[in-house]
Amino acid sequence: MTDFGVEKKILKGKSFKFGDDISTDLIAPGRYFHLRSNMGELAKHVLEDADPEFAKKIKSGGFVVGGKNFGLGSSREHAPTIIKIAGAEAVLAKSFARIFFRNCINVGLPALICDTDKINEGDLLEINLGEGTIKNITKNLEISFSPLPEVMVKILGDGGLAEHVRKNRGFNL
Amino acid sequence: MEKTISEKIISRHSGRDAGAGDIVVVDIDVVMAQDGTGPLAVSQIEKMGFDKIKNSSKSIFFIDHAAPSPKKELSNTHKVLRGFSKKTGAAISEVGKGVCHQILIESYTCPGDIVIGADSHTCTSGALGAFATGMGSTDIAVGFVLAKTWLMVPETIKVNFKGKLNSGVYAKDLIIYLISKITSDGATYKAIEFAGEASDGFSMDDRFTISNMAVEAGAKTGIFNSDEITRKYLKKQGRENCYQEVTADDGAKYENVIDIDCCNIEPMVSRPHTVDNAVPISKLGKNKVDQVFIGTCTNGRLSDLKIAADILKGREVASSVRLVVAPASKNVFVKALDEGIIKTLVESGAAILPPGCGPCVGVHQGVLGDGEVCLSTQNRNFKGRMGNPNSFIYLSSPATAAWSAVKGYIADPREVLSK
Repeated sequence: MTDFGVEKKILKGKSFKFGDDISTDLIAPGRYFHLRSNMGELAKHVLEDADPEFAKKIKSGGFVVGGKNFGLGSSREHAPTIIKIAGAEAVLAKSFARIFFRNCINVGLPALICDTDKINEGDLLEINLGEGTIKNITKNLEISFSPLPEVMVKILGDGGLAEHVRKNRGFNL
Repeated sequence: MEKTISEKIISRHSGRDAGAGDIVVVDIDVVMAQDGTGPLAVSQIEKMGFDKIKNSSKSIFFIDHAAPSPKKELSNTHKVLRGFSKKTGAAISEVGKGVCHQILIESYTCPGDIVIGADSHTCTSGALGAFATGMGSTDIAVGFVLAKTWLMVPETIKVNFKGKLNSGVYAKDLIIYLISKITSDGATYKAIEFAGEASDGFSMDDRFTISNMAVEAGAKTGIFNSDEITRKYLKKQGRENCYQEVTADDGAKYENVIDIDCCNIEPMVSRPHTVDNAVPISKLGKNKVDQVFIGTCTNGRLSDLKIAADILKGREVASSVRLVVAPASKNVFVKALDEGIIKTLVESGAAILPPGCGPCVGVHQGVLGDGEVCLSTQNRNFKGRMGNPNSFIYLSSPATAAWSAVKGYIADPREVLSK
């Protein structure tokens, strides 16, 4: 099943490219621990230690594109949440750390596993969540991404885990 | 079908015959969040429209990451946790009690349990033969109100430890060695079962250190079978009644089996900025340190502090170094006081912090300056981890940390232990 269940099936925007092993400490630095209850403010510092200008650049939308093991480290759900708040519509990586991946789905941020070597900084991408394809318009390339397990599609389709549980008064997987 | 430990525990908690790859909803025994993740869990519980939690005696909020609070914003989030606990009956572990994972193993986790926590090092409890794993705040919020979660049953990597560790080499060196071999994503989505004749001889403190760092290889959990050592540990805390035997079946299917001969391991050091960027200390070269930190859920237990104190007894910390020590819990602190360990550490020049996470998370109590180097017994050395992206973190055992504090650079503890 490749349908991500999200309402908007086709996403279009620019790539913001990062390397391998982007940790949650890089995404949501510990020195801003006190801002965790103020996500809007915390989002101004998203990925700051990997690219100090990122929060400003992503404002008009686009995608975070990483290498392998994206999101390794802590369980802080604030990491995918502030990526989303900052303006990114999806995260693409060769592979994800487990907790980060699960958190992405829970907060309603599509996390796509694909060959990100085919994407450079600034490439224009069109992602079709229904078909499971990414068009790299800049490079005129088509890239496929791995489908999500069905439970995750259901959670994402409900707008995240909190909404899923609120609606069903429990799990309905 | 023969089962791994994870498959057995998950089958028992899901009411079905669960094998690797299956997706199941399970009952959970223990659920927790800490002060960095708990406030978001509380707001998610409210957003889901719940005002009660399911199992208050084993639902816990820990104030440990920023304890005591260094900022008003954090003081206010601590108030949120206290207020929620009062309203729902959830337990709260206050400032001074210690690190969440340490208190779970001292007072909550039983062999055969499923433990979920909004902290990635929840896998520490796996050393007691529990299926213990970290998740985000929303998953944990659901755990609080339903006492359930969903899981994909992981495949398991079996690690067989053989032979004996040499003098000056510890469980910490062993787990850093393993991570350097399989890399930071070598066990992603998988469970690791630690086994082998050497493992049977490991103390509980050794096992906790090893399970704690399973997540640094990406693992969902790092689990030991329970045995006499587990039983004795629980008995010491007056919890022997929760002991049960938890073992894998002979013939259980493993995704991979890794044999490690402990005799071949040297003291290991992880270099900035990833845990798997590790080398045997003999290959490290000379690295000056500005701060040494001994503590955390990885290495802040009594045996760790004792190893450090034995090295520091009658010696002084180098004048160019700050040595910071945080006992992992109040119980550890009290025992270390009784045994004179704290006195030895203080006399050598150490600054003792209250039980808790200390400077590990970069919030307070030892934030590094620009260009500074810290050698720490914690589990992570990512860029910015200790509060400054322009600093450098190395990881080692408490013995290497203590001897390095004396020498002023990262030094091999075998120099002093073999004398």
